[in-house]
Amino acid sequence: MTRLRRFTRARWAGPSTLWVALALFLCPVPTVAQSEPITVGSKPFGESFLLAEIFAQLLENRGLSVERRFGLGATAIAFQALRTGAIDVYPEYTGTGLVALLNQSPEGSAGDVFRIVSREFRERWGAHWLPPLGFENTYAIAVRTESAEADGLRTLSDLARVADRYIGGFSPDFIGRSDGLPGLQSAYGIRVREQRSLLPAVKYEALNSGEVDVVDGYSTDGRIERYDFVVLEDDLGFFPPYQASPLVGRRLWDSRPDAVRALSELAGLFDEEAMRALNRRVEVDGQEIEVVAREALTELGLVAGPAFRVVKANEVRSGSLGAYLLARRAEILDLTVRHILLVMVSLVGATLVAIPLGLLLERSRRGAEVIIRGIGLFQTIPSIALLAFMIPILGIGVVPALVALFLYSLFPILRNTYTGICDADLATVDSARSLGMTDGQILKYIRFPLAIPVIMAGVRTAAVITVGTATLAAFIGAGGLGDPIVAGLALSDSRMILSGAIPAAVLAFLVDGALGILQRIVTPSGLEIAG
Amino acid sequence: MRDPAPPTRGPALSAKDVVKRFGSVPVLNRVTLSLERGDIVALVGESGAGKTTLLRLFNRMVTADEGEVSVGGQPVQSMNPVKLRRSIGYVQQEGGLIPHWTVLRNAALVPRLRNMASPDNLASMALQLVGLPPDEFGSRRPRELSGGQRQRVALARALAAEPEIILLDEPFRALDAITRAELVETVQALLREIGITALLVTHDIRTALEIADRVAVLRGGKFEQIAPAAELRSSPASDYVRQLLYRAGEAPAGEAPAGEAPAGEAPAGEAPAGEAPAGEAP
Repeated sequence: MTRLRRFTRARWAGPSTLWVALALFLCPVPTVAQSEPITVGSKPFGESFLLAEIFAQLLENRGLSVERRFGLGATAIAFQALRTGAIDVYPEYTGTGLVALLNQSPEGSAGDVFRIVSREFRERWGAHWLPPLGFENTYAIAVRTESAEADGLRTLSDLARVADRYIGGFSPDFIGRSDGLPGLQSAYGIRVREQRSLLPAVKYEALNSGEVDVVDGYSTDGRIERYDFVVLEDDLGFFPPYQASPLVGRRLWDSRPDAVRALSELAGLFDEEAMRALNRRVEVDGQEIEVVAREALTELGLVAGPAFRVVKANEVRSGSLGAYLLARRAEILDLTVRHILLVMVSLVGATLVAIPLGLLLERSRRGAEVIIRGIGLFQTIPSIALLAFMIPILGIGVVPALVALFLYSLFPILRNTYTGICDADLATVDSARSLGMTDGQILKYIRFPLAIPVIMAGVRTAAVITVGTATLAAFIGAGGLGDPIVAGLALSDSRMILSGAIPAAVLAFLVDGALGILQRIVTPSGLEIAG
Repeated sequence: MRDPAPPTRGPALSAKDVVKRFGSVPVLNRVTLSLERGDIVALVGESGAGKTTLLRLFNRMVTADEGEVSVGGQPVQSMNPVKLRRSIGYVQQEGGLIPHWTVLRNAALVPRLRNMASPDNLASMALQLVGLPPDEFGSRRPRELSGGQRQRVALARALAAEPEIILLDEPFRALDAITRAELVETVQALLREIGITALLVTHDIRTALEIADRVAVLRGGKFEQIAPAAELRSSPASDYVRQLLYRAGEAPAGEAPAGEAPAGEAPAGEAPAGEAPAGEAP
């Protein structure tokens, strides 16, 4: 059983006929009831994946069925999912809850913060923080040892003295959060010469190679130790306490005391040293998170006896990419089929709406530009933001992903349909009207057929965009080839990233080619582009 | 159900004191013209003189601001525009064939729009008439034809429903000299043979003199002269008409008029590139 399969197994029932697949695919997100699985979520970084897997295995060991929705886009998406009942529990940090979700200023002791978030989350959203797991994962501002020695850096106050010579490489989250860079600037007066937005996966490598001089890391991150870095002390106590804790949604709390009891057993069992070691096994040594999670639970005595499933030997990240892809071909095929379904359903839906709408707008050209530009606005919303906006309405999973992909596909098809219909050869239209064709007949027999190549070009554009955008659907738990990309980014596993990215690129290429063939078939003879 | 042809009492085509403006610019300024059944009249003039605008009044592709336009003695305003158009043949300069339809289907368009019996037979007959054997050409697409052949298909399409009136808007304009000469010959013979009422717009006075019974010279939205070809040649009504004839080589040498030359018109035999829209100020 591999990492990938574990992420997707619950969502995707494996190879089957297309129709059964489609039926399963469109099933609504289940709600929590005694008989239904408990949905465990995670944010898209290694520690969150690992803790979520620990939660999941513990619940499974207690005889409860579990559905995994790991790698949800960001704090806002994961919490929205919890609030709306799309997931039941995910690992969160009290400081993050205080600052990013309650928008309060970062201050107070660990105990204070836990009390505040417990009370506020319960009152506002009916969400519950279970007792903390025992470790804090705070921001760790790190520099290379050589710069620490050269500039005499030990604390963040020291950094403030020399920051105007330093290039910062920070995660997008950190740059925006008030408990991140903005707060750091006002508390310590740290102003770097230049700042770059870097994903966690590449940050440390960039620091190590000298591309940047200072980065934000996590104190329990398994990768920091791997390099020759110094973590600077937060001497003014700026960062709030980030105690990790299972954050539980209202429905699980109300209806599943057994699950809540099981998760509470984890309280206080992980100190920072232990957590860093576990993270290291996943992020540095490349071990399977399920293996690491299982062994951690066994060691803690929470899971009795030998594993109930055969655990294969720890896999180390060696071997060629080709061998990796070959070994995972069945899962990649599953993910690809699911990806194709996501693309197909949204694209067919967009085509069925955009083409008639384009034809309709041709008949009332006055409002057409306004409407088309209005729909074009969707194109300007970053996909991750659009996905986040939709969670309160549609929850997470397949449905919001389909709606988002549908919205993105609409514009290219609509624009091309309208343009193609309006710009149909003037002489042809004029003489047809002069001979007594009605507007409807002109649309049906002339404008529409003449526009088909242009419309198909729009469909092809939309298809290629959708294949790419659909990888982001993984952020809201819709599955597809984005799953290994998100998980690979979180776990710093480039082969895993490529196992999603390569098939997605190939798919975009093939879809465009297939639609090119379709275009040749549906273009009326006599209209082919003369070659 | 077959659309009834418009009644044929009174003149086949008639425009009386017609004014048409595009914006504030008058394109036709109190124009009067009348064609009896079987008349073949050519409208001649420079770009922007209002020729095409006048032609399109008769199938209601353009509506007059003032004056009266009638077809078969009946005001066009009282007629259903779609039915009116289906009853009148129409050819324009680029042919305007439907590119994804075969030649036969193109030619059968109007009979089919009018729900006439066996439209393909009517189309075949019309193709035969314009010199394109349907067995050879019927299944081709417009792209597979020469420019002259395409204009012949357009002519067949205009004639297939056996209309009593045909409007021809610069049908020879886009053709090279030899093709044009052949097609002019065909059109001239054909129009007389079937006894149809025809209104032809052309910038080329020689073509006009060759085909038409009467030639009407338009300039700046007004008629300079409307006269049979011979009369136009022998007694041009103005320096402008004389100049037109001279430039086209239709006036005897030594009669070169002293007046100003008509501007903007190329010598006969060469097609000037693109006529300005009818709305252009004269």
